[in-house]
Amino acid sequence: MIKHPIKQGKSPQEGFKNILSKHKRENSELIPLLQEVQERLGYISQEAVGQVADHLKLSASEVFGVATFFSQFRFTKPGRHTIKVCLGTACHVRGGARILDFVQDELQVKPGGTTEDGRFSLERIACFGCCALAPVVVVDDKVYGKMTPFKAMKILNKYD
Amino acid sequence: MPLTNEKNLGKIREQINSQWKADHSRRPRVLVGAATCGRAAGALEVLQAFRGELEAKKIDAHLIEVGCVGLCYLEPIVGIEKPGYPLILYQQVSPQRVKALVERWLLRDDPCAEYALGKLGEGGIDGIPSFFDLPMLAPQVRIVLKNCGFIDPKDIKEYLVNNGYLGLEKALGMKPGEIIEELRKSGLRGRGGAGFPTWRKWEICRSSPTHPKYLICNADEGDPGAFMNRSLIEGDPHALLEGILIAGYTIGAKEAFIYIRAEYPLAVERLQLAISQLNDYGLLGEGILGSDFSFSISLKKGAGAFVCGEETALISSIEGKRGMPRPRPPFPAVSGLWGKPTVINNVETLATLPHILRNGGDWYSQYGTPTSKGTKTFALAGKVERTGLIEVPLGISLREIVYQIGGGIPGGKGFKAVQTGGPSGGCLPAAKLDLPVDYESLVQAGSIMGSGGMIVMDEQTCAVDIARYFLSFTQKESCGKCVPCRVGTKRMLEILERITQGEGKLEDLKKLEKLAETVKSSSLCGLGQTAPNPVLTTLKYFRDEYEAHIEERRCPAGVCKQLITYSIDPDKCTGCEVCKKTCPVQAISGERGGPHTIDQELCTKCGNCYEVCQFDAVIIR
Repeated sequence: MIKHPIKQGKSPQEGFKNILSKHKRENSELIPLLQEVQERLGYISQEAVGQVADHLKLSASEVFGVATFFSQFRFTKPGRHTIKVCLGTACHVRGGARILDFVQDELQVKPGGTTEDGRFSLERIACFGCCALAPVVVVDDKVYGKMTPFKAMKILNKYD
Repeated sequence: MPLTNEKNLGKIREQINSQWKADHSRRPRVLVGAATCGRAAGALEVLQAFRGELEAKKIDAHLIEVGCVGLCYLEPIVGIEKPGYPLILYQQVSPQRVKALVERWLLRDDPCAEYALGKLGEGGIDGIPSFFDLPMLAPQVRIVLKNCGFIDPKDIKEYLVNNGYLGLEKALGMKPGEIIEELRKSGLRGRGGAGFPTWRKWEICRSSPTHPKYLICNADEGDPGAFMNRSLIEGDPHALLEGILIAGYTIGAKEAFIYIRAEYPLAVERLQLAISQLNDYGLLGEGILGSDFSFSISLKKGAGAFVCGEETALISSIEGKRGMPRPRPPFPAVSGLWGKPTVINNVETLATLPHILRNGGDWYSQYGTPTSKGTKTFALAGKVERTGLIEVPLGISLREIVYQIGGGIPGGKGFKAVQTGGPSGGCLPAAKLDLPVDYESLVQAGSIMGSGGMIVMDEQTCAVDIARYFLSFTQKESCGKCVPCRVGTKRMLEILERITQGEGKLEDLKKLEKLAETVKSSSLCGLGQTAPNPVLTTLKYFRDEYEAHIEERRCPAGVCKQLITYSIDPDKCTGCEVCKKTCPVQAISGERGGPHTIDQELCTKCGNCYEVCQFDAVIIR
């Protein structure tokens, strides 16, 4: 099993214990628990799946089954910055797909992946709900509207 | 200890009212539209600029972050209400403009009419039109969106001043049966898209002998291209919560869940705060307003699955399982969450309730058509001049929405289609522009009302590509439980991909139609049953475009990458070199001042040159 270290100077056990202890041992807590794990670690590690499964008395495959069903959860470590390219309908008709293609080519990374230097992870998002500003690119939590491939590149260059 | 133990909010509302009046006769109010869309346009920088400027000039003003008034294309929008003057809204406010507004309007008597969008309230100001007379606003009827952009969504007091929770007070004085009767009179139908009469859903759940009962608010706005619910929650969270309380009381539930997308962090934050305020005011918990009604509301963050917009899939997800639908009946109103009777209502449906309770069912039913009553919000976006959030009486024509409210197509281009209902809806062509927007007419034309996404397309949008786009979305979101949807959408997508790559055959069209009909009639849930709609409507209304892709290997709209080339018109090219400098693959060559050319071998068709050329010299063929 691959072990992933947990940041913030805590041992993995401690880090998880804090999260787990906040949640009741009920099935309905599974998704909120996974969400909290991802908020803390940036992704769902294999180790986390095991711990969550133990806490809720589920099998690891049941937890994996739920986690992989939902697009919010990722299973690899994210880059320092996350680029989310919106591919909602409004963004699509205003050229969102061209922006995604362009970013993919420039950074040599596929959606769901992280660049080799660990600088960016790339995600495609179904809709941000900022349709009036389409096409939209979100870097970390900052929303950039009315994008073109060129503008997107200029913005990405500001992040290191 | 709650802030009020009274049987109604009369006293507290009066108290807040007089405080509010005293405060605003003394100092100006500055409203900065800082919903997600406003923030994307720079609203937080504008807010910061106001803070700095007001402090520097030592002006005592009430600076508030408000939601979106709906004119997203003019963001950031700022409202200023000086004591004794009407509220003036300003458009496209930048930090530089903030300085002018403060110096000229707040410190002196120049209302900066050149930046103004419109004014609201009593009294005229030269050169500033009335906000609701603007072309985008005039055809609208704002009921659900009434408060959005005008009140502080973080302050329950502002909601109370605007008759907030009056609907709940009224409801608590009525018997559940009477409320359902009022709702029946209003004619309200589910705003999530399917249009099931709300009162009937409630009646089924209420009359069930099984307890406990649950209420779920579906705020998992998953239709790509729709943002009505996000805007409403960000701008007026208490309207939704009041609706939830009314619904909970009527159906006999003690607990409600709001299932909201994790992609909407600001909306989540607003709801969390609003719920805690309800607890403070004793509007949640035991014995609300002296009645025997006890209630709690919790938030459940969705984890990103379009299929969870389907009732039974949503329930599975709350129970902590994979969000897969199950066959109905039994309907959730009979057996839903944890097997108990459950009503699932959309955000807009619930947020309409306070207004119906306050003003009566007859009042609400004056708007709309005989079968589709009331108003509906739409997220108007795509290739339209004035994008934004609108609320219109049902029965309005698509033409009025696209041309009068939306201002038509930008850049003098021709209208091609309008898509309602997102991936479950259809593309309606120019010939259908006079169609009234009501549940039945849209279905008859091959589309659906949907939750309110409305995307306008111009002649540069490819009908085949749009069908492929929507199907790739639904195919990816298919949960895989039933074969027609899992396999059928995949096969359909493969055919569409072939066509957009110029490898389609004419017999593909027949195959596509047959597959579409099969998937539509035999899928388990709404996702599969409606997924073929975009394909069927584009095949019906834009068949010639499919044929151009197949027979001539040509994309008439100039969208499908494999079928187009970019070139430069030497007569129009001025040799400004902007395209050359911004080409990511150095495919453009030429001398400064002379015509440039594109190396087709190197070109990746990213479209950058087309985007940056000021002289329309880049041609797509």
